[in-house]
Amino acid sequence: MRIMTGIPALDRKLLRDIVRIWPQALAIALVLASGVATLILAIGAYRSLEETRRLYYAEYAFADVFATATRAPRWLESRIQELPGVAVAEARIADYAVLDIEGMAEPATGLAQSLPDHKPSVLNRPHVRAGRIPEPGASGEVMVNEAFAKAHAMQIGSKFVAVLNGRKRPLTIVGIALSPEHIYAIGPGDLMPDHRRFAVMWMSEQALEAAFGLDGAFNSITLKLADGAREAEVIERLDGMLARYGGTGAYGRSDQISHAFLDAELKQLAALSRVIPPVFLLVSAFLLNMTLQRMISLEREQIGLIKALGYSNAAIGSHYLKLVALISFIGIAIGFALGTWFGAGLTRLYGKFFQFPFLVFERDADLYVIAAALTLGAAVIGALRATLGALALPAAVAMRPPSPHRYTRLPGEAWGLYRSISQMTVMSLRNMARFPMRAALTALGLSLSVGLLIVSLFAFDAVEAMIDATFFRSQRQDASLNFPNETAYRVIDDARHLPGVLRVEPFRKASVRLKNGNLSRRLSLTGKPDGTILTRQLDSDWLPVAVPEQGLLINRRLADVLNLRRGDLAEVELLDRRRGTRWVRISEVIESYIGLVALMRIDNLNELLREGPVVSGVDIAYDTNQEAALYREIKRTPHISSIELQKNALKLFRATLAENISMMTSIYIGLAVIVAFGVVYNSARIQLSERARDLASLRVLGFHKSEVARVLFTELALLALLAQPLGWLIGYWLSWITVQSFSSDLYSTPFIIETATFAKASLVTLAATIGSAIIVRKRIDRLDLIAVLKTRE
Amino acid sequence: MPDVVFEARNVTKVYRTGEVEVHALTGVDLDLYAGELVVLLGPSGSGKSTLLNILGGLDRATSGICRFRDLDLTRLDEKALTAYRRRYVGFVFQFYNLIPSLTARENVSLVTEIADNPMSPHEALELVGLGPRMDHFPAELSGGEQQRVAIARAIAKRPEVLLCDEPTGALDSHTGVRVLEAINAVNKELGTTTAIITHNAAIKDIAHRVCIFADGRIAETRVNERRIEPAEVSW
Repeated sequence: MRIMTGIPALDRKLLRDIVRIWPQALAIALVLASGVATLILAIGAYRSLEETRRLYYAEYAFADVFATATRAPRWLESRIQELPGVAVAEARIADYAVLDIEGMAEPATGLAQSLPDHKPSVLNRPHVRAGRIPEPGASGEVMVNEAFAKAHAMQIGSKFVAVLNGRKRPLTIVGIALSPEHIYAIGPGDLMPDHRRFAVMWMSEQALEAAFGLDGAFNSITLKLADGAREAEVIERLDGMLARYGGTGAYGRSDQISHAFLDAELKQLAALSRVIPPVFLLVSAFLLNMTLQRMISLEREQIGLIKALGYSNAAIGSHYLKLVALISFIGIAIGFALGTWFGAGLTRLYGKFFQFPFLVFERDADLYVIAAALTLGAAVIGALRATLGALALPAAVAMRPPSPHRYTRLPGEAWGLYRSISQMTVMSLRNMARFPMRAALTALGLSLSVGLLIVSLFAFDAVEAMIDATFFRSQRQDASLNFPNETAYRVIDDARHLPGVLRVEPFRKASVRLKNGNLSRRLSLTGKPDGTILTRQLDSDWLPVAVPEQGLLINRRLADVLNLRRGDLAEVELLDRRRGTRWVRISEVIESYIGLVALMRIDNLNELLREGPVVSGVDIAYDTNQEAALYREIKRTPHISSIELQKNALKLFRATLAENISMMTSIYIGLAVIVAFGVVYNSARIQLSERARDLASLRVLGFHKSEVARVLFTELALLALLAQPLGWLIGYWLSWITVQSFSSDLYSTPFIIETATFAKASLVTLAATIGSAIIVRKRIDRLDLIAVLKTRE
Repeated sequence: MPDVVFEARNVTKVYRTGEVEVHALTGVDLDLYAGELVVLLGPSGSGKSTLLNILGGLDRATSGICRFRDLDLTRLDEKALTAYRRRYVGFVFQFYNLIPSLTARENVSLVTEIADNPMSPHEALELVGLGPRMDHFPAELSGGEQQRVAIARAIAKRPEVLLCDEPTGALDSHTGVRVLEAINAVNKELGTTTAIITHNAAIKDIAHRVCIFADGRIAETRVNERRIEPAEVSW
């Protein structure tokens, strides 16, 4: 009976070969799948978030330019609308308020934003999830952002109290919404979104006009640019119009905090897709090369016979390339499934973290086609050398057994270096020396696994270092109180008298643009007195640096983006009310991982701004036993617009990063184990098939199974150990690239890898090595001694 | 009473591959005595290699009794069979089975390192006439030289028995004779009980006894009244 009727004989051989070598084929397919999955996961999540953001911005008219002022007359809005390059201008009222939430001791901060009465918003339209927008003039109604509502289990009808412009106002929630302006809803001075302590509150324009004394006026405006308009020019003109009304300098989307954070996240995803997948593709190509070479060498005589029968080189070559293609397709299929699944999971995770009203899952066919093409390409390149080698042999030569491998003595043998080593170990060493390329590539494959693990794990080290530097060495205050306007120095005394306050240190902030030639950055310039203890500046060795008597301290990120060094002169454009430009010398470059930092003496800053001694806020340390009393007092204090609590910030920082990093790290560890396993398993299987005869001979001579297995495993163990230092170097390098890729104006990652991380990475790969060795050991134990010894070498 | 080293009674061996049964041995009775050289002669498929493998602890009989002195080989587990081979048995195969990455001396050391009372590798290789070539790799030796290294490796541990499966099968007659000389020397000088499997009838006359195999059993056993030296053999 003819089985598989109609299938050509060579193809039948192909299918049977795949079944015969299925564990090795699967191991290779899984490595291929890892590369495909990471590519699809990263790029798929990136595209999904990109598209989600694009649609959200378009549908809800996210503005292009944002500006604030102290108080500008309403009629200015139509003048601004007429500026060249402006398509739409919408004025509003926006300001911060301290919130008193029942059941929460610490005060929260709310950003109150007005909604036009009697007409819908034109720009930054909220997406109402439940309820409605507040009625015109309804001073007790508020619509809040969904994350805040969820954090407090608030619903329509829930109440809380806000201190608006020094007056307590009870508010009732009438609506719950999302906004494109607050996809990343972060409070002033916060590092991470704290939905318990920061709310976006939409209220009636009339109500906020009355609350903030802005009748017939506005203090915030957003613009939509016309097609082809140049943002910088529009901003320049807008600043000119708002200067006399206390404008603090307009900015585009790139400086809008929510957009900036989302951008940084997307940048990281893109970096991920560039760094990780090539590693997997490289390892896959190497594995395929190794496996195919061995397979072809075992089938050498068959190939000669097939050639002698009249099959062309093309037919034989395509037979082996079909084998490679089949393994690749299996890997690609698994990779597609895993990548799509993980990508959707990652997108959902981001959707949870960022406040999107909907999520678009991008399944562009081109991504899958590219991933498949890259994978297949890598596989074919890996297999090409082996295939061409098989084809080069004339049929008659191929049908003869190959000449035996020639071994030589090891370096140093003449001086008796290996005298005390057993013959079994000598066998292993000489085998490695005989096939140095294969040994090197096996070690390289393993070292890539180690490297991948280091890249995954070092994130924890970096985060801990960031936390240590930021929360325990630099920003050591318990809280920061911000005032709505610059306030006279005597407010420091008032702060000292708050319950439990142990120390008060003032600060001043001003919106500036720091320039060096054509490079510039918009940032908040901070002024501090000399000798602050609560907050400190750190040098590159994390030692405290005093605020210099003259000049400016900037952090490394700012120094790098503006190409500024110690001693350079920088141009400071004062955006607040357009007070002109000054020149300041850079005294020192400090280490700070959060944002763009520029610092000088508070007296110098006030002088720069041509103002007397005023402060924007104070950092405080307080007795935690009196925390409740302090909070109560703060909630009652009219002239505090917002409060940042450090211990909350630290807790949130850890929790948020831990969740994000843990998921990615788990995925990478899984993938790295697959690589280690794939490399070791294939190497061991190939060695087993090549040395079955030697191993069987040893069994016949009376060596136990464990002793015989040691011959194989000694070589694998040596390669695994050799792979570690190389893996550490690769991990170090990949981590450095990752740090550079992830660095942004919002935060940079310290490049710190603890010794324990190197050790953990090595332990995991060694464990994977041992695991695959155990599986191969079973095959060694099952060697059919008689069958092996009867076959001719 | 002659010193019986091996005792086989009604030994059978059946191989099953799917539904097909192959009766390789159909009831073999055999005694091998200490110090003798026996040739097991027969065509391919007659069961002689199967019996050798059972005697050497590489395989187990399906039924029957097979003893090495007081040791019942049919009752030994895998570990015990390995220990038995390690201590008592030397093997020589048709295709030498040397470790290619070890020199001649090192191939012999492989065995002496795990033996209780071995001779030195040098001594074993001298015995087979390969003293000057002991530091060469197998790829640098001729077929006959490789087989003699295999013999040296087999006897270096001073085994009680030497089992040779077609030791001259891959060699020309001139080289084969040299190998037979080495085996004969080992049997004479060390008193090792030696069994040689072959389908080459010319070899049978160097033995003390010849067991002729056919269809899975010993059809005939002959005692050579006069033994010839290996140098007198030709084929």
